[in-house]
Amino acid sequence: MNMKNGSQAAVLEPSPVKSGKRFSMRLEYDASRTRSPWWSPFLSVVLALLLCAVFIAANGMSPVTVYEKMFRGAFGTSYGITETMVKAIPLLLCGLGIAVAYRISVWNIGAEGQLTVGAMAATAVTIYFPGLPAFWSISLMLLFGTAAGALWGLMTAIPRTHFGVNELITSLMLNYVALLALDYVVFGPWKDPAGFNFPGSPMFTAAQSLPVLGSTRLHIGLIFGLIAVVIYYLMIKFTRWGYELRLIGANPTAARYAGIPIKRHIIIVMLISGGLAGIAGMAEVSGVTHKLMQGISPGYGYTAIIVAWLAKLNPLGLIVTSVLFGGLIVGGYSVQTIGLPSSISEMLQGSILFFLIAGDMIHRFRIRRSV
Amino acid sequence: MDFTTQLLIAAISAGTPLLLATLGGILTERAGIIQLGAEGLMLMGAVTTCIVYIRSGNLMLALLAAVAVTAVLGMVHSFLCVTLRANQTMSGLAMTLFGSGLSAYLGKSISGLPLPGFLPRLDLGLIKSIPVIGDIFGRLDVLTWFSLLLVLALHLLIHYTSWGLHLRAVGDSPATADVMGIRVQLIRYSYITAGAMLIGLAGADMVLAYAPTWNEGLTAGRGWIAVGLVIFARWNPLRALFCAYFFGALDSLGFRIQLLGSSIPSYFLKMIPYIVTILVLMYLGYRNRNKPSGTPESLGTPYIREQRF
Repeated sequence: MNMKNGSQAAVLEPSPVKSGKRFSMRLEYDASRTRSPWWSPFLSVVLALLLCAVFIAANGMSPVTVYEKMFRGAFGTSYGITETMVKAIPLLLCGLGIAVAYRISVWNIGAEGQLTVGAMAATAVTIYFPGLPAFWSISLMLLFGTAAGALWGLMTAIPRTHFGVNELITSLMLNYVALLALDYVVFGPWKDPAGFNFPGSPMFTAAQSLPVLGSTRLHIGLIFGLIAVVIYYLMIKFTRWGYELRLIGANPTAARYAGIPIKRHIIIVMLISGGLAGIAGMAEVSGVTHKLMQGISPGYGYTAIIVAWLAKLNPLGLIVTSVLFGGLIVGGYSVQTIGLPSSISEMLQGSILFFLIAGDMIHRFRIRRSV
Repeated sequence: MDFTTQLLIAAISAGTPLLLATLGGILTERAGIIQLGAEGLMLMGAVTTCIVYIRSGNLMLALLAAVAVTAVLGMVHSFLCVTLRANQTMSGLAMTLFGSGLSAYLGKSISGLPLPGFLPRLDLGLIKSIPVIGDIFGRLDVLTWFSLLLVLALHLLIHYTSWGLHLRAVGDSPATADVMGIRVQLIRYSYITAGAMLIGLAGADMVLAYAPTWNEGLTAGRGWIAVGLVIFARWNPLRALFCAYFFGALDSLGFRIQLLGSSIPSYFLKMIPYIVTILVLMYLGYRNRNKPSGTPESLGTPYIREQRF
């Protein structure tokens, strides 16, 4: 396409030598082609792998070795596979929350903070109600975690609906606030007195930990995620609420004229979005780390943005993409054994998103031959 | 020097990267394109500066490299948003994610290594001898002076030149601008790229004047604060100066309070800039609820010239 003259249908002059007859090609933009082909997410992953291969090669490593290492680490062993699933759980929950919000163009990028406060609230239960039996303790942790995440989501929703503040900025600022609050509690009031001065809460008891599958680290948070996916799917497909969300997503102006309370929907959607991330945080502390500590999330909240976008906000697609990205995180860890930084996986994530949004648009351009 | 003077000096030093990034954001958004990649661009600017400066020892080369790298990223953003009309929010997010990943990856080899030097300062003999002003302005570094001149230059450019008129036209009503013969896409490409370069320079300033060494995620959300400051400054370079220094002061206030031996845990003091960003934006939203906010009219909407068949 011709970006110089800014014309819509750029005319590419043919070389007169090649063809005797005069014809021209033009690039047409067709805004009605909103459905991108099913293979575009796969192509973006491939292109992102190629682009990052260039950076890896430039750093003096063989991209093939690195990618092989990552793939083996994530999917090559049964340990790797269960670890990948463990990472997929928070991605699925956060991604689902993000997808709900993105459906009506509410750009929640605060899942990281919402997850963090969820984990903190769940830990608060273990600290302030230590001796509860397993059922009550887990239920209360789940309730607190969800509520804290939802509250954090609400703190993004209210400025948006009542003060017109861009939710991107608010949700991101709140991520930093949540992470600082986490630092405060793990270094301060909740620090384990028996923890050799290591920043972190005391270890959870068995009654405060989610059940795991056999001897693996795979915990029943996976069930939470799958239940949430099913509920989300049914709600969007079959309820009036879901219909209204789809309407706002498709055409906000029409939705407003139809009398749909958009503000109320934004608030509900952010409560759900934050609540799901809060569940993810609760599941992380209760199912995986069994204590609150720094770096409880290696950027799950940000990765979940790409997970949701790559799945085209489709709940079933989310299951696939969260496993894929869980693998990417585990693969990122496994390249550390050959002395490479795990940020390779972040770099891959960013470039997948680049190719994905480009791919969403490129297919709208068509090359037309006109005589 | 008393507390206020020290705070003012700290505000300028912490505010300069915010100012440069905000000015970059203003240029981009005045052309009608949302710039949410500031955090990633700043990180890329910072890491490039560190790598080139440590490897070559040449400050000028390091700055040029930072600007060149972020210019390329700016063109990627332009290509996605202007030519492909992709989702500007997503493109910015992708820039931030990619920038933080790539900068962490590239910066691994030089992480923790000290930079060979700092920015040269301009020693203004005459001004330096004036009591308070001399303390504040007497020994500012070159990038700070550059940012101050830039505020003036951009103010004049945007409001008093025909180039600025074209820029505003493209940001407010690209269709009208197009009809008037202004090359909308060319202008958008140019200002997005220029804006990205300024944001890259902001990253360079962070490491050269602020942090002595590279570490992962060095900007700690300052790119996002700059995104907020663009709104706070209502897309106006002169206001950006005030806003950036105000936040620079907030940024260093926490540190100063700690030095004074306050019992407030430092984590809460570090939260101040983020919380104030939200509160200020809420206040502005409340105050300007029935007034024009100064937002470029077509910010966020890709321009599509009417399809001809």
